[in-house]
Amino acid sequence: MLSRDHFHRAVCETPFHARTSALNQLNLWHRWRDHTVADAYFDVGMEYNAIRNSCAVFDLSPMTKHLISGPDALAYMNRLVTRDVAKIKPGRVGYCLWCDDAGQVIDDGTIFHLNEGVYRLCSQERQLDWLLCSALGFDVKILEETSEVAGLAVQGPTSCAVLKRLGLAGVETMTPFALRTYPFGNTDLMVSRTGYTGDLGYELWIDPNQALALWDQLFAAGHDHGIRAIGTLALEMSRVEAGFIQAGVEFLPADRAVRADRTRSPFELDLGRLVDFSKANFTGRRALWAEKQRGSRYRLVRLDVEGNKPAKDAYIYDPQRKNIGVVTSSMWSPAAKASIALASVQMPWGKPGEELFAEIFYQNELKWNRFMARCRVVDSAFYDPARRRLTPAPDL
Amino acid sequence: MTERLPIVIIGAGHNGLVCAAYLARAGRKVLILEAGTRIGGAAITREFAPGYKVSAVAHLLHLLDPTIAKELGLASRGLSFSKTALRTVALSMQGSPLIISGHEVLGAGISAADRSAFGLYHARMQKFSKFIARQHGRVPPRLAFSSWRDALPAAALGLDLRRLGKRDMREFLRVATMNIYDVLEDTFESPVLKGALALDGVLGAKLGPRSGNTVYGALYRNSGSLEGQGGVFALPRGGMGAVSDALASAAREAGAEIRCGSMVSQIIVKDGRAAGVRVDQGPEIAAECVVSNADPRTTLLQLLGARHLEAEFARRVQHLRTAGNAAKLHLALSGAPEFRGVERAQLGERLLIAPDLAYIERAFNPAKYGEFSAEPVFEITLPSLHEPGLAPPGHQVLSAIVQYAPYGLKGGWAEGKAAFLSAIMAVLEQYAPGIGQLVLHTELLTPEDLEQQFHMAGGHWHHGELALDQFMMLRPVPGAAQYAMPVEGLYLCGAGCHPGGGVMGSAGRNASRVVLGKR
Repeated sequence: MLSRDHFHRAVCETPFHARTSALNQLNLWHRWRDHTVADAYFDVGMEYNAIRNSCAVFDLSPMTKHLISGPDALAYMNRLVTRDVAKIKPGRVGYCLWCDDAGQVIDDGTIFHLNEGVYRLCSQERQLDWLLCSALGFDVKILEETSEVAGLAVQGPTSCAVLKRLGLAGVETMTPFALRTYPFGNTDLMVSRTGYTGDLGYELWIDPNQALALWDQLFAAGHDHGIRAIGTLALEMSRVEAGFIQAGVEFLPADRAVRADRTRSPFELDLGRLVDFSKANFTGRRALWAEKQRGSRYRLVRLDVEGNKPAKDAYIYDPQRKNIGVVTSSMWSPAAKASIALASVQMPWGKPGEELFAEIFYQNELKWNRFMARCRVVDSAFYDPARRRLTPAPDL
Repeated sequence: MTERLPIVIIGAGHNGLVCAAYLARAGRKVLILEAGTRIGGAAITREFAPGYKVSAVAHLLHLLDPTIAKELGLASRGLSFSKTALRTVALSMQGSPLIISGHEVLGAGISAADRSAFGLYHARMQKFSKFIARQHGRVPPRLAFSSWRDALPAAALGLDLRRLGKRDMREFLRVATMNIYDVLEDTFESPVLKGALALDGVLGAKLGPRSGNTVYGALYRNSGSLEGQGGVFALPRGGMGAVSDALASAAREAGAEIRCGSMVSQIIVKDGRAAGVRVDQGPEIAAECVVSNADPRTTLLQLLGARHLEAEFARRVQHLRTAGNAAKLHLALSGAPEFRGVERAQLGERLLIAPDLAYIERAFNPAKYGEFSAEPVFEITLPSLHEPGLAPPGHQVLSAIVQYAPYGLKGGWAEGKAAFLSAIMAVLEQYAPGIGQLVLHTELLTPEDLEQQFHMAGGHWHHGELALDQFMMLRPVPGAAQYAMPVEGLYLCGAGCHPGGGVMGSAGRNASRVVLGKR
């Protein structure tokens, strides 16, 4: 719970703030769901390198968390999200989407099946109103517990080794999306093999009172393994390389959209695999079924862009120079050694292998240049190391 | 080949019966399941004390669609009237009552200015009511068009509105959303006249004369026509049950089966489709499709269950305004009462206790805070004056809609009912001195009684407030105003749909057309 005088500060600090603020040499911060989080600590490139080459620690405490329990918890979760939650067994985590009545994505997130019939839903956006709205007719208890659980993402090739050194025996045997609890001090440390980097990595969840102790022990354990705190700018690079979507970037959360054509369905985000029509009714099912019959309006594609200039906010054109879409995320990918982008294009464009054009503007000593960069639609992640899926996880 | 499954209709209220009659006439197999022991829903005549019969809920017929009456041959099935074109007698403690008869207003205290203003007001309101009436028999337009075909009903509505003429269209658009208080204050002098006209705008609703869109309420209440005359109130011979009996006869003759004492407890969904119903805890009855005459909230949230709906849609249904505010009073009287200044010949008319606008607004005030009116407003009829068979010889029955009596009364109706009844009798005693001495039996139906006895959520006899946020393409909720619900094979046909409450049958007829695939 927030303290009763929380209103004196418009923005909260995370339970790790004492450590993250001490490390933040750049004093670069931004606001994530009313919490202060670091954009970067020292150098974005170096932080990115920690994700791909050693061990990066990201404070994800502001992640919105809800605890869902009660006799109808499973039925409720299945009505809420588009995939079949019955397939997420206790001790497992599942990536999911939820939609509004019109089958348009409200947010994506992860379901942690903590114990039989007890779920934690993590999401970037606040969701309490929608979760309560969805609870009508279900015997469930929904608890907003964002500030009751502190979280750290520990990502990168040496992350498993660091956690072993922290004392998490057997952590290397956790499969991707597994969930396990270890004792930590007088409390429990929950570990999930999950992340937003597309690399080997874990997320640690703990009582905020133990947050600083965890940070200190983790950094001590990682000292010889290149551990480094990272901010959201570095994390953003890794998630684009992994091809993950972000709310407010790849899609406008449907509950915030005013214009009907600005939202996206799961199919339009290339996440049709998360829509299960074989289960009972879920919100958006009828609209999504109709979309499946009729065809989607848009497609989210990964683009390999010619040249080295990021295709920031670029329009996408077909070979006849017709405007067919826009870039949502773009970067020079150090791992792929290429200019890469995620883009939303109109159907039927965007089939793998297709050649499109991105209209790139870039500045050279105050002079603007424009060029039409060739782009190729690729059908796999730009960076997808084997260690991401290996079990036992490599112990470097 | 397996036998064709029936269309199951939940509830033998008048709309369910109308819908059944049309579906059966179109050659469909129809089974009506009625929870009560008899047909009619809230349109029934029943004995509330030995020898005393009365229309249990709705007591004046004024909205029955003439097309339905004609198509289903209700006259030949025994529907007749003990009295049509009832006049309105507005009672006053200040002098003789005022009488509204068609386009005329009569009475000692009425000024020449009011007389002339009333003629104009009545003509214009009739014109607007007819515009509303033209929409009753149509399936409402969709708000979101996915094809030009969807846009046609909206275009027809717009054209209809334009046909009022430039001046009247503007005036209609100006007043429809207004409060009736301002309109009447601008138009008339007589407090009694203003009170009487305001009552139509608020009867049955959680609204006072100063509440928005009460002009619409008044237009709606006067949108019916009988024998070619608009805005007419009539008493069916045999009470309101006679309407239901005639409709049931039409439905049965066309082949519909009506099963009473069959309370549907669940709508069965299979593969995302309404596939049948469960009666009480009994076996499932498979159906080709399910049409519900129950109110939208009961149908969708109780019988179907929110989990079969989209979350936002379910929330909209949950938030439907269905809290009733009208109570029904029945008195068995040992003789005809005497109302102040009312001649014996006028006693059988529609008597109103709503002596001025402030009186009604003050009566409404407590309802906002969950309390009943200490001095309520009344719409009173004495049907036995026109049809002696409703009471023993020389005796009379009095039927009155009394408000405001909020659903969910603070402290509960079990506690509050006796106190409300004494408030009612105290007011009646003022207007009809000595009436208390004549009372042999009393029945007071609060919104909670109405909810329990007639299975209407909130005890609201329109199955949901009739106001502009819940009308036409917004009734019951946006996205479901065309009778077909999001769950395939499930339809609504009751007063919770367009056009709304009152014994009219239009919702049932419109729904039957949607079920049959006609527009």
